[in-house]
Amino acid sequence: MYKNFLKIITFLCILVSPFLYTSAYAKTKVGFVYLTTPGDHGWTYAHELGKQMVKKEFGNDVEISIVENVPEGPDATRVIRELAKQGNQIIFTTSFGYMEPTLKVAKEFPNVKFEHMTGYKRTKNVATGNIRFYEGRYVQGVVAGLMTKTNKIGYIGAYPISEVIMGINAFAQGLRSVNKKATISVIWANTWYDPVKEADAAKVHIAEGADILAQHTDSPAMLQIAEKNGALGFGQSTDMGAFAPKAQLFASVNNWGPYYIKKIKQLKDGKWNTGDGPDHWAGNTWGGLSTNMLTLSNFSNMPTDVAKKAQAAHDGIKSGKLKIFAGPLKTNDGKEIIGAGKTLDDGALWGMNYYLEGVTGKVPK
Amino acid sequence: MIEFTPRKIQSSFWAILSPIISIAITILIGSLIFKILSYPVIESLYQVFVSPFSRPDRIADIFVKACPLIIIGLGLIFCFKANIWNIGAEGQFILGALCAGSFALLFPETKTYMLLFSMFIIGFAGGAIWASIPAILKVRLNVNEILVSLMLVYVAMLFIDFIVRGPLRDPMSFGFPLSKVYPDGAIISKVDFPFIGYLGQFHYGIFIILILCPLIWFFINKTLPGFQIKIFGSSTRASEFAGFNKNKITFYVLLVSGGLSGVAGVIEVSANMGRLQPEVSFGYGFTAIIVAFLGRLNPYGVVIAGIIIATAKLGADNAQMVLGIPKVVTGIFEGMLLFFLLASETIQKYKISIRKDN
Repeated sequence: MYKNFLKIITFLCILVSPFLYTSAYAKTKVGFVYLTTPGDHGWTYAHELGKQMVKKEFGNDVEISIVENVPEGPDATRVIRELAKQGNQIIFTTSFGYMEPTLKVAKEFPNVKFEHMTGYKRTKNVATGNIRFYEGRYVQGVVAGLMTKTNKIGYIGAYPISEVIMGINAFAQGLRSVNKKATISVIWANTWYDPVKEADAAKVHIAEGADILAQHTDSPAMLQIAEKNGALGFGQSTDMGAFAPKAQLFASVNNWGPYYIKKIKQLKDGKWNTGDGPDHWAGNTWGGLSTNMLTLSNFSNMPTDVAKKAQAAHDGIKSGKLKIFAGPLKTNDGKEIIGAGKTLDDGALWGMNYYLEGVTGKVPK
Repeated sequence: MIEFTPRKIQSSFWAILSPIISIAITILIGSLIFKILSYPVIESLYQVFVSPFSRPDRIADIFVKACPLIIIGLGLIFCFKANIWNIGAEGQFILGALCAGSFALLFPETKTYMLLFSMFIIGFAGGAIWASIPAILKVRLNVNEILVSLMLVYVAMLFIDFIVRGPLRDPMSFGFPLSKVYPDGAIISKVDFPFIGYLGQFHYGIFIILILCPLIWFFINKTLPGFQIKIFGSSTRASEFAGFNKNKITFYVLLVSGGLSGVAGVIEVSANMGRLQPEVSFGYGFTAIIVAFLGRLNPYGVVIAGIIIATAKLGADNAQMVLGIPKVVTGIFEGMLLFFLLASETIQKYKISIRKDN
């Protein structure tokens, strides 16, 4: 009896061991879809840095496949499906335009987890993530307000959508917190990435007297123009100091790594979920300075007292003490949005179709 | 001194062989590049050229990718045979998609089959009208059609951008430039194969090639207008002596080419996107120029060429997924292919000799 028992145990052990082995040591297959070639700056490069952090964190426990240069059309559907078929367990699609393709493929692969960056549609196996980019822009506003001599700030926007408009308004709030005389004028580039157009817009701003430039587009062209003309500006998505060492005050850096790592860990532990964030534009994870999903590069080209104030604003937002959209808020044509003592909630940010005080002109319809 | 003397007799054997040779040289130099960059050569070539055929759904997706290239390429045959350089198929594609899409969004109540049918007609008209601009300028004022058709691509891009940002923007799109989703009747559905179900994104629009290809072959090779186009292309003066109407030919080849590009746009957007967006074409109109030449301006050749180019594009994705080869590396293939093709064509048409100068 005892002998048999031992045999059975041994047999069971042998039978089960491969499963134990796989569950404990299996590599997690992770897929990434990039809009462009990562290059050395901007949106996709920020995701690439995130991917590198994943690699560093998990080492051989993950197997990463990436596909770059995937247009936001039928190709995206095909590539995402292919990644799913190749056994990737979690797939990060890193551009807004991948929303429908991601959802389409997710329906076909209910056991694969999908993470769509900066979209707003979710299902059981599609989670969304986004960054509170506007928090960095408030700090930019503070620095701009202290550094400007002409009191004219040139701002280059990509598209007049709420994402960009809330950034402009956050910048204006920061600006007016230190300098009530300065104003922001906005040029719409109608592109996320086009160095030529961005450079042209920067030249126009400088010709009109702006001495501080800010951008919600992706190339370092604006900073390079600023550098040539003795103006100052802020980098976007990644640290762009290398492109304009004398012009970049600091850059808001999109730090996707921690989010990616968190989600992959959840998957490994069998705890992956889409979160239960409020059902609005932001995605269920909308992290900013406080979660390190947004960081600021080193302050440079500014006196220490300005840097100190910038740091204070940064710390204030990070700790939650400083509310960027605290009342009273007025649009630039004098309409009251909220009174004193109130703060705009996240939903209201995604409904922004107006400029706050400090911005000139009107939002294009 | 290198001298090019035209060959009197051109062998049709070499005409068929030259694309094959250029593909072979492309693969050869491609392997060299993989080797230099220390990627596994055989595995890389397998991923780029063979892996797209390794599963039924992958094969289906080749056709999905090739479909717009082939349809545009078929249209370009008319132009290039007539020696008219329509470089603006991209713009005509966009206009076709835009016109048909606008119709679908503005009149969603139209009966199902009528709706798709009208979209094809309107899409053809849209592309043809866009191509008629360089056509009219060429015929009336002798303006270079290369420049005009190319420049109109950018106008078309900005135009669709404006339309989806403004008049046709979906109010529920959170400010993003997207139109509403097409009504059901305006969507070309995926093919539900018996026993297998859906294969990749294989859709009914692809079958139009089966009709277009023989039709165009017949037109070019067996009809008088087709003959006129060929003569006009090889010798304008000869065609004038024969009494062919030069302006008419120029005008119609551009119209047909533009129209077919428009149809390609209708199919691509209706089958794969289901809504209008700022970017509907991803260089199809330009890649189709390579396809038309790679196919030796022969309709059946164009189909094969379209499949080859689509294979390389899909293979590039697979190569990156599996081996991590950047797209820029695999992207060289397309350029090399055209380069070697044109080079071999030159060798085939001209005798090259080295003459010593005194």
